[in-house]
Amino acid sequence: MSTLTSPPPLEGGGRGEGSIPKLRIRGLTKSFGDKLVLDRLDLDIMPGTSTVVIGASGSGKSVLLKCVLGLIEPDDGIVEIDGRDILRIGRAEREQVQSHIGMLFQNGALFDSLPVSDNVAFGLLAQHKIARRDRRQRAAEILGQVGLAPSVGDLYPAELSGGMQKRVALARAIAAQPDIMFFDEPTTGLDPIMGAVIDGLIVDCVRRLGSTAIAITHDMASARRIGDVIAMLHQGRIIWSGPPALLMNSGNPEVDQFTHGRREGPIQMELRR
Amino acid sequence: MLDSIAVVGRGAIGACRVAGSLTLFALSGVSHLLRPPFYWRRFLSALIEMAYFSLPVVALTAIFTGMVLALQTYTGFSRFNAESAIANVVVISITRELGPVLAGLMVAGRIGAATAAEIGTMRVTDQIDALSTLSTNPMKYLVAPRLLAGIVALPLLVVVADILGVMGGFIVANLKLGFGVVAYLSNTFNFLQTMDVVSGLVKAAVFGFLIALLGCYRGYRSRGGAQGVGAATTAAVVSASILILAFDYVLTELFFAR
Repeated sequence: MSTLTSPPPLEGGGRGEGSIPKLRIRGLTKSFGDKLVLDRLDLDIMPGTSTVVIGASGSGKSVLLKCVLGLIEPDDGIVEIDGRDILRIGRAEREQVQSHIGMLFQNGALFDSLPVSDNVAFGLLAQHKIARRDRRQRAAEILGQVGLAPSVGDLYPAELSGGMQKRVALARAIAAQPDIMFFDEPTTGLDPIMGAVIDGLIVDCVRRLGSTAIAITHDMASARRIGDVIAMLHQGRIIWSGPPALLMNSGNPEVDQFTHGRREGPIQMELRR
Repeated sequence: MLDSIAVVGRGAIGACRVAGSLTLFALSGVSHLLRPPFYWRRFLSALIEMAYFSLPVVALTAIFTGMVLALQTYTGFSRFNAESAIANVVVISITRELGPVLAGLMVAGRIGAATAAEIGTMRVTDQIDALSTLSTNPMKYLVAPRLLAGIVALPLLVVVADILGVMGGFIVANLKLGFGVVAYLSNTFNFLQTMDVVSGLVKAAVFGFLIALLGCYRGYRSRGGAQGVGAATTAAVVSASILILAFDYVLTELFFAR
C-alpha cells in the first residue's frame, strides 16, 4: 500500500505546513459493480498546499473527489479532515465539516433557475452568513474578486460564456471563504488563454484565503500552474507524487507516458469493454 | 420454461426494488417536511406553478367533462324515463371521481413531467451535488416543498374543477336539454352531501402528493444525460397516472364501500 505525503509548498501560499494533514485518506476503496475504481488509496494533503491529482479519463479522479466530499459512499477506508473521519461522524457534524469546503465542479453546476448573484450568495445564505437583502451587494463584491462586473449578477447562467460560467462557479466556491477547496477539471472546455486566466484566479483565491486546495485535471499546463504538489492516480492508487518541476521528467514510466501523451507505454487505454 | 420464469422473477424483484426505493424516498421527503428549516419561497413557487398555472387546463377539462357527462347521461337515462337524475349523476360523478381523477391526470402530465425534467437535469449536471456542497440538503430544498405544494395545490384545483364541472353539466342541461334553472340547481344541491366533496378533496391531496413524489423521485434517480432525463420524465408521468388510478380505487373503497 503506497502512502503518500505531500511535501511542503514550494513557494508562498497557504497557512504554512503543519504536522497533521489537513486531509488524510487511508485505504479508500470504491467499486462500481465488478469495476474497482479506487483500490485502497492513501493520500495526505498538508494544510495550505495545493495538490493536483492527474490521471487518465476514467481513472477515478472524480470518484476520489466525490468520496471525500461525501457525495459518494466509499466501500471502505478512512477520510479524515482536520483529524475527524467524516465517514464515521454524524450527519450534523459532517455537514458542519462540509460547510468549510468549497467545490468548483467540472461544468460549473450553476443553478440555472437562479440569477448569478443568487448563485454566488447561495452558500452564504444557506449558512446564514448574510441577510437575504444583502446578497446582491455581497455577490457583486465576490464577482469582483474573479474579475466580473457587478452587472453580471443580474444575468442567468445560460446567458454567460463558458469562461464566465467558470468564473461565476469559482466565485460561488470561494464565497464562504472555505478552508478546503476542490477543483474538478477547472479548465476543461476552455480555450488555452481562458484556461490560464481561470488557473491564475484559482491560485490567487487559494493564496488569498490561505486554503488547502485539491484539483483534479488531465491538463498538464493547468496542473503545473495550480499545483505545489502533483500526484498521479492510476489503477485506483496514487503511483507517484512530486513537485511540478519534476512532472515532465518524473522517471516513472506511467507518469512519463501520461504527461508526454504517448500511445505506447505501460498504460493501456481500454478502447472497448 | 425456466427462462420465462426467470424473466418474471427478475421483473418482480425489480418492481419490489423500485417500490422499496420509492417508499424510502417518500419517507425521507416527509421527514424533511416535518423538520426545519423549511424553504417557504420554494414552496410558494411550486404552489404557484402547480395550482395557478394548471388552472386553465384543469378548468377546460372539468367544464367539458361536465358537459359530456350531462349529454351522455341524458342519452342513456332517457331510455328509462330517468332524465331527472341528470343533475344528481353529474354532481356526484364530478365531486367524487371525475374532478379529482381528471385534475390529477392533467397535473401529472404537466407538473410531473416538468418536475422530473427539472430535477433530472439538475442531477445530470451536478447541480444536486452542488447543493450538498453549499450546506443545503437537496431533499429539503428540492423535494419537501414540492410534496407540500402537491398536497395543497390539488385540492384547490379540484374545488375549481368541481364547480366548473357541475356548471358544464348545468349549461348543457339548461341550454340544450331544456331543464329549468331552479329545478336543476335544487336537484344538484339537495342531492350533494358533504362527504362527496370531502372524499374528492382527500383524494386530490393524495394525488397531489403522488404527482410531486413521482416527479421528484424519477428526476432524482435519473442517470445518463439527456436520454436519462427524457426517460425519467416519461416514467414520472406514466407511474403517477397509474398510481392515481390505483389509489382512486383504494380510497373509494375506504370512503364508500359498505
